[in-house]
Amino acid sequence: MNALARSAPTLPTDVYFFATCLVDQFAPEAGFDAIRLLEREGIRVHFPPDQTCCGQPAYTSGYLDEARAVARRQLDLFPEPWPIVVPSGSCAGMMRHHYVELFAEDPPLLAKAAALAERVHELTNFLVDVVGFQHQDQGAACTVVLHTSCHARREMGSHLSSRALLDGLAQVTVATQARPEECCGFGGTFALRHPTISGAMVEDKLKALVDTGASQVVSADCGCLMNILGHAAHGDLQAGKAEPSMPGEHIASFLWRRTAGARS
Amino acid sequence: MKAAPLNHLPGAQFADRADAAVNDPALRTSFRGAMDFLQAKRLAQFPDAIELENLRREAEAIRRYSLSRLPELLEQLERKLTANGIVVHWAETPADANRIMLDIARRHSARLMIKGKSMVSEEVGFNHEMEAAGIEALESDMGEFIVQLAEEAPSHIIMPAIHKTKQQIAQLFEEKLPGVAYTENVDELIAIGRRVLRQKFAAADIGISGVNFLVAETGTLCLLENEGNGRMCTTVPRVHIAITGIEKVVEKLEHVPPLYTVLTRSATGQPVTTYLNLISGPRKSDELDGPDEVHLVLLDNGRSQAYHDEELRTTLQCIRCGACMNHCPVYTRIGGHAYGTTYPGPVGVIISPHLLGLAATHKLVTASSLCGACAEVCPVRIPIPRLLVRLRAESQAGAPTRHPIRGTGSAHSPWMSALWRGWALVYGRPAVYRLVSWLMSRLRLLTPRAQGAWTSCRTPMIPAPRRLRDLLAQRDAGERSSS
Repeated sequence: MNALARSAPTLPTDVYFFATCLVDQFAPEAGFDAIRLLEREGIRVHFPPDQTCCGQPAYTSGYLDEARAVARRQLDLFPEPWPIVVPSGSCAGMMRHHYVELFAEDPPLLAKAAALAERVHELTNFLVDVVGFQHQDQGAACTVVLHTSCHARREMGSHLSSRALLDGLAQVTVATQARPEECCGFGGTFALRHPTISGAMVEDKLKALVDTGASQVVSADCGCLMNILGHAAHGDLQAGKAEPSMPGEHIASFLWRRTAGARS
Repeated sequence: MKAAPLNHLPGAQFADRADAAVNDPALRTSFRGAMDFLQAKRLAQFPDAIELENLRREAEAIRRYSLSRLPELLEQLERKLTANGIVVHWAETPADANRIMLDIARRHSARLMIKGKSMVSEEVGFNHEMEAAGIEALESDMGEFIVQLAEEAPSHIIMPAIHKTKQQIAQLFEEKLPGVAYTENVDELIAIGRRVLRQKFAAADIGISGVNFLVAETGTLCLLENEGNGRMCTTVPRVHIAITGIEKVVEKLEHVPPLYTVLTRSATGQPVTTYLNLISGPRKSDELDGPDEVHLVLLDNGRSQAYHDEELRTTLQCIRCGACMNHCPVYTRIGGHAYGTTYPGPVGVIISPHLLGLAATHKLVTASSLCGACAEVCPVRIPIPRLLVRLRAESQAGAPTRHPIRGTGSAHSPWMSALWRGWALVYGRPAVYRLVSWLMSRLRLLTPRAQGAWTSCRTPMIPAPRRLRDLLAQRDAGERSSS
């Protein structure tokens, strides 16, 4: 066996799935489709029932004690040395990079956080880097636009893997929007604290997406999607439009739909 | 000329100023265009991502090393400068700095001071103070000249008049400068400014400048500029006063080029500035040019507070390139004036709490989505988002940290604290979370449709009828019954 083959990751038999609170409560179909994508590869997916939230809302708001109280409950959920797959670049970034900051002054918890951080994978990173996702595109020809969350791009580097997954679909064209790297204005509680600034940001983001002429937006982060699609739907409602001006879905749902040909 | 100090607008009204800016289409278009232009200029200077990363790491290392030895380097700098004939003054507060400079001006019976660009002079409200003392302090940097003429404050640390269109400048010149006719020709406008200033350089008693880098081993002030006005200010008048912050010191001359190259490329997308002035003392007896006296005012103004905390110290790595504001989606939409502080944008938001205290700035530290664009471009790798989280925590919790910063706990709200404690009670206890999230999904139709700021421009967030865990349980039950 040559060196490259030896170093290539082998497909794990089991993974943990950390759904995130948004997916569990507001976008369960995205999590469900992500799990089906993983299971189709022959991987056993474990969903620890005690999972709640990564703690990011409190962390970014500066309520660090509260963030720690929630984050530390997640540290014990993954006893086996399996990868932890997260269908969100933002929450994965929190667990990968910020848990070690949160527990920096508590050595036993820091050790746990550091060990956990290494096992955290953003879903599309995992599908590309570990799984080597390759499935036939069974959908009709269409043009989509990809929105990558700031943390997916800057903390997990998963903008490239999301893009690679879409590029792997033969019938799908990925449109290029203006300023793809610019924030959509969600930022957790930022959207609530600074509604005008956040509103201006999502307005510009939606315009950039609509201007591509794509039939829908795809993203690996439900926070951004709720912000962008919620803004689009609000505009449609005001304009009395029945059809959504910018439909969208989580990349897991999009991939499942395109490669399995059906949605349950 | 009136020069109202616009550097301390109340933080409490930040949201009002931001709203006004967002709803000003001309302002938004002008900042968007300018920021796009500057982003592209910077990017063109860093075609190689690996080289960029190496340059940033080297610049960061130099800044961190310099700050780790800050007290010794400042002492070494003072010794060297003194030996070179430059008089060093230490100012703890803006008032101290102004008093020192006013004393020098009075000693020389100065009536007119000509200024090169200096954000620290803005920070101390220099023009306003001098005006109050009956001394004219005239800006000679073209952007600063425009802003001063308009009785405004800079809206960007590198491009102070970036918020103004050429039509507005044309109008301003016609109104304020005697004998000047309206013209939108940019070259003509610059020629007009230059003509006015040229006479003032010759007449000025004192020249004022900022400093980009202070070199401890040689006792040198490095000053970067593009218009030549900096060189005029520091050589033509008989007295030169430089003012800067204590953090600007580096140990060796060889530390300057790596910082210089990332500064100019990050700031304006220039490989070099038109002028690089290295000032190592007043005119010597055998020299033809230069001032008789050179003074350096070193301002603390809260910087030592940042220095004393290892994490917050990274704030002082800043070399004032402005790349963070050029790439900030918030700054792009509200411009510099809305912040109400001398330094706007991401770096302004992390520096201002040390200069003004958290009580005056805690609203600003929340004005970021933590998107990380600033940290990505910062040439000295300041972890701006992490510092924002730290400052948010400090301003709200008021929890005793090792080095509490001024105004700690000033944003504390019992109501918000209770809300987050409640949040932690739900999400920190799996059984409670299961119950609450189950109730939310079952009672989803009772979810309030008006969700405060969220629904101001978005449809409400409504929980799904079945949580992911319900869908999985349902599927598992189906598999069990079918097998």
